[in-house]
Amino acid sequence: MKRFALLAVLLFGALLVYGTTDFPDWGDPSSPAATHVSPHYIRHSLEETAVPNIVTAVLADYRGYDTMFETSVIFTAGLACFFLLRVFARKAPDSRLYRHRATGITLRIEQGGRLPEGAREFERIDSQWVPYDLIIRTACRLVLPFIQLFALYVVAHGHHSPGGGFQGGVIFGAAVILYAISHDLRSTLQMLPERRTVLMSAGGVLIYAGTGLICLLLGAQFLDYAALAGILGVDPIMARSHGIFIVEIGVAIAVMAVMVSLYYNLASVGRFDEGL
Amino acid sequence: MTAAGYINLIIAKYNYWIYIVLMCVGLWGMIVKRNLVKKIIGMNILQTAIILFYVSIATKKGAALPILAHHIGAHRTDPATIINPLPHVLMLTAIVVSVATLGVALALTINIYKRYGTLEEDEIHDLMRNA
Amino acid sequence: MSAHFPALIVVSPLMAAMVVAILAWVRPGACLPLAVVTLAGSLWAAAGMLWRVVVSGPFAYHLGNWPPPIGIAYQIDHLNALVLTAMAAVALVNLLATWRHARRDFAERVNYFYALYLLFCAGTYGIIVTGDAFNLFVLLEITSISGYALVGMGKRDAALASLNYIFMGTIGASFYLLGVGYLYLVTGTLNMADLAMILPRLYGNKVVTAAFIIAMTGLFMKMALFPLHGWLPNAYSESSSPVRSLIAPLTTKTMVYVMVRVALYVFPVDFSFGHLAFAQPAVWLAVTSIVAASLMALSQTSLKRMLAYVLIAEVGYMVGGFWLGNRMGMTGAILHIVNDAAMTLCAFLAVGSLRQQLADDSFKALRGAFRRMPWTMAVLVVAGLSMIGVPPTCGFFSKWYLIGGALAAGQWAFVGALIFSSLINAVLFFRIFEIGFFEPFAASDHGHPPDLAYAEAPATVIAPMLVTAAGLVVLGLLTGRIVTRIIDAAIPAAIL
Repeated sequence: MKRFALLAVLLFGALLVYGTTDFPDWGDPSSPAATHVSPHYIRHSLEETAVPNIVTAVLADYRGYDTMFETSVIFTAGLACFFLLRVFARKAPDSRLYRHRATGITLRIEQGGRLPEGAREFERIDSQWVPYDLIIRTACRLVLPFIQLFALYVVAHGHHSPGGGFQGGVIFGAAVILYAISHDLRSTLQMLPERRTVLMSAGGVLIYAGTGLICLLLGAQFLDYAALAGILGVDPIMARSHGIFIVEIGVAIAVMAVMVSLYYNLASVGRFDEGL
Repeated sequence: MTAAGYINLIIAKYNYWIYIVLMCVGLWGMIVKRNLVKKIIGMNILQTAIILFYVSIATKKGAALPILAHHIGAHRTDPATIINPLPHVLMLTAIVVSVATLGVALALTINIYKRYGTLEEDEIHDLMRNA
Repeated sequence: MSAHFPALIVVSPLMAAMVVAILAWVRPGACLPLAVVTLAGSLWAAAGMLWRVVVSGPFAYHLGNWPPPIGIAYQIDHLNALVLTAMAAVALVNLLATWRHARRDFAERVNYFYALYLLFCAGTYGIIVTGDAFNLFVLLEITSISGYALVGMGKRDAALASLNYIFMGTIGASFYLLGVGYLYLVTGTLNMADLAMILPRLYGNKVVTAAFIIAMTGLFMKMALFPLHGWLPNAYSESSSPVRSLIAPLTTKTMVYVMVRVALYVFPVDFSFGHLAFAQPAVWLAVTSIVAASLMALSQTSLKRMLAYVLIAEVGYMVGGFWLGNRMGMTGAILHIVNDAAMTLCAFLAVGSLRQQLADDSFKALRGAFRRMPWTMAVLVVAGLSMIGVPPTCGFFSKWYLIGGALAAGQWAFVGALIFSSLINAVLFFRIFEIGFFEPFAASDHGHPPDLAYAEAPATVIAPMLVTAAGLVVLGLLTGRIVTRIIDAAIPAAIL
């Protein structure tokens, strides 16, 4: 079996290498890929969309339809993880650990037990309990606002520097996940509950598709942002730039929410009570 | 072909050959390895190699980033001095797709582990047959 | 509004999926009606586009108002519109027939099942209407990922079956992507019509040859052509029945459509069939697929797995019929895309309904089924007759075209495989009918009737099944009109 697989893989590699003999040279500015469609993007994207970053212009305007489906792919992944992993059964876990805030005494409640009275003085801690680490918690709390600010900067500056919705959304999601890792899952869930992540992820894609739908209802083709000129009160070219920005916001919201939702589902194995 | 000809061939094409080798490594890992996580890693290597392949189509010798605000003068919109943006756009999509597939594969792996207690494919087949 | 159907037919299931995901937390009762209404709207849009194509010819839709090859363009022609209408009908009928089963199988997650269902349908419709090679990849991945999640949520061993499906499906999609990459490297464009204009100039270019072989291999893997079929039997038999009767008719047939589209409309016709000598090995591969799958179907003891192998054999029909290279064979293959979608839906709906009521999946449990579930078994009889190829069901007509095309092309092995497969299907299905109808209460029961404690399925499940079974006969009777007015125009004039 191993030899057969090796043969198949080598055959595949040989076929690909055979194909490369007719490739244009690497970095050749006169290759077909560099001279057919892309010169139009390079020459005309600034005057047609008022966005200096050509990659963003192509991503969100010329090939914006692909990007809408890309956002739906990420939404589908979040939905799929939720569908596959989420455990709704209200079965009590085998044992829960509680810590008395004032004295630091830890209690273990076995299955079927009840929490002692004065429960507000106790806080729930994870089964794989790690000692309270002042340095990690304080450092993360200090750093988090800057990470989130940077994420918003990346989203907003997608027009002028490398960036955009996906990149900014992932950074923002990473900030939330950092909070979940340095503190615990339950406090993150209080900050950003599960229901809000699902609503945000669906809402982000709806912003994108809704923008296209508005263009359609205004009489133009789907995702033709120039039709938004009337609503936004600018000329059609600036309307394209604003349209790109609106859909990038939608993408950022959706990606951030899905990253967080994926983490919630995978780290707590669907139970949403304890994390990593 | 002369020696110079061979060297020219290698210089012109070596990046594509490296990516093809990576693809074969990923493919081999997916087919031959028996641990499910190793198969998933192989899948990721295959997809990443294809992404690198596309991105390498975009380069041009001596060209700069496709962000026009950074260019000044007559070279502003000359296609020969700015790299091809289209493969980068396509690969942004492909990266997202590979992340999504990875997420679903990991969720399924968690379900498999919950059910069988192991991630080795031959052990799982034994458990399935004896169940 | 009707001018925007090409975009709306894909976008409305997509937006409806998002809205369903939101409604699941806000107002759960509204999810199912929204899904049904959306799929009905898509079917209406597909029928409208088919009408427009038949009356006034193919048309295009430019997204974002950018002309191709700068932007993405959708191209609706006869081939598109026919397959799209069939798939839209299958998706709607399936939801109507199986929502009760879904509610029982998925309990509190059923609203997310509807959302994934709608995403799967949006991706499938998009694959069929798109005219851009990379857009096809993205839509293929949406369809695949929602399919993986749907399959993975079955009982017992569904997670492992779905993981194997992920592995093979990802290899297939990656190969397709690599083929598109090779084509982009030498042409600089992703638009299918533009590629068709540029590629004839690149005759003999090794890159184009490599691209063709890689892309075709990827598509063969996703349509489960033997020997790349390993994922299909497990994935289809382990998934739950509402999922099975959605994925089985749609996935493989859509991939066959993509193969037809790529080989006829992207690569030049004389390249695909003449220059490359790919056609003859493809026909041999199809023959092997049909024979091997039929033999494997014989050895199965479970009804679902048997049907999965019959499905693999049907894929062999379509692939072989297409690569025969003559008009009759291609007509048979394209007709079979539509017919097989309907037949597969019919058969899997009946099996799903049986499975909900029966104790287990073996043939023995079918004893006396005709007496207790007459309508379901009647639907299964019609589906079986269609798979065997008995007139006036549609299966007979597509086999007629396929055999005619094979005789005209001199491919005797393919003719033999088709006849062999029909005989095997006859054996398989009559075995089931015999157990269900004629097998008396066997001697092992000592004269006591078996415990027939199950009843017929409810009317909301029976009605769509009967509509599908009637549809098989109607499709058969309408074959002439479909062929002359739609399929003839779908095949390029260069094919004789």
